[in-house]
Amino acid sequence: MNAAAPVEVSVFETWATIVTVAATAVAGDVLTAGAMRRIGDLDVIRAQSGLGGAIRAVVSSPMFLLGVLSMAISFFSLLFTLSNVAVSLAAPASASLTFLGNAFAAKLFLKENVDRRRWLAALFVCAGVFLLSK
Amino acid sequence: MKHTLSPQRYLILLAVMLSASVGDTLLSHGMKQVGPVSVTHLGMLLSAMANPWVIVGILCLLGFFASYLTALSWADLTFVLPATAFGYVVVAFLSKFWLHEAVSPYRWAGIVLIVCGVGFVANGPSLTQHPPVDEPAGAVAGGSK
Repeated sequence: MNAAAPVEVSVFETWATIVTVAATAVAGDVLTAGAMRRIGDLDVIRAQSGLGGAIRAVVSSPMFLLGVLSMAISFFSLLFTLSNVAVSLAAPASASLTFLGNAFAAKLFLKENVDRRRWLAALFVCAGVFLLSK
Repeated sequence: MKHTLSPQRYLILLAVMLSASVGDTLLSHGMKQVGPVSVTHLGMLLSAMANPWVIVGILCLLGFFASYLTALSWADLTFVLPATAFGYVVVAFLSKFWLHEAVSPYRWAGIVLIVCGVGFVANGPSLTQHPPVDEPAGAVAGGSK
């Protein structure tokens, strides 16, 4: 397979694909985290029902499957984005947006106690990931 | 309330930190070999699955997913996520001291910010405790307890 020259993409298209990657990643993270919270501690389940029981408990959760679907969409969006946008922009930008989006979504949907410490962590990590691309 | 993690759980978090960044790096290398994918040729994404770098990258990300789900079953999403970012720091240190690549001052600043961010969260509780809510009659528990 020969590597062709990169396709020119507009600023709008660049950020639309990056935001799509981040939004679907946030949806996937929140859905899987919500599913894992409902299922319970996997270490306990594995101790009681073995690895098979733990896997069954996870894959039989509709919320988990929906989360995986969102993550799959995010994964293919990332592959698509990486093929058109420079990895030095696409990877940190989508990761930074995902960190911030997850903090908002975790507070809103999972009712997590996102205190000042966790907000600071989300902001620091978001800025840090972006600086790593410089 | 403070939730102390056992050494085994710290190992799970370590796996979360390392496997994601290594997997992403392998995927990026593989997709550079595959070349650009346009909207009109989305089938090329499937052919990318034949690339060995993409395959190993996906295996790493599967390992990440298993450890990530395990961590999410006993810790908050906003506790586990900064751990995933710590993988970037590991990659930066590997590239500096193993591959002898130049790490710019911006990158060192980014590393300091991520380490601070992870430190903030690691210092706090790992799980939000909600008051118990009565399950509606007939509700089926998701996990076999």
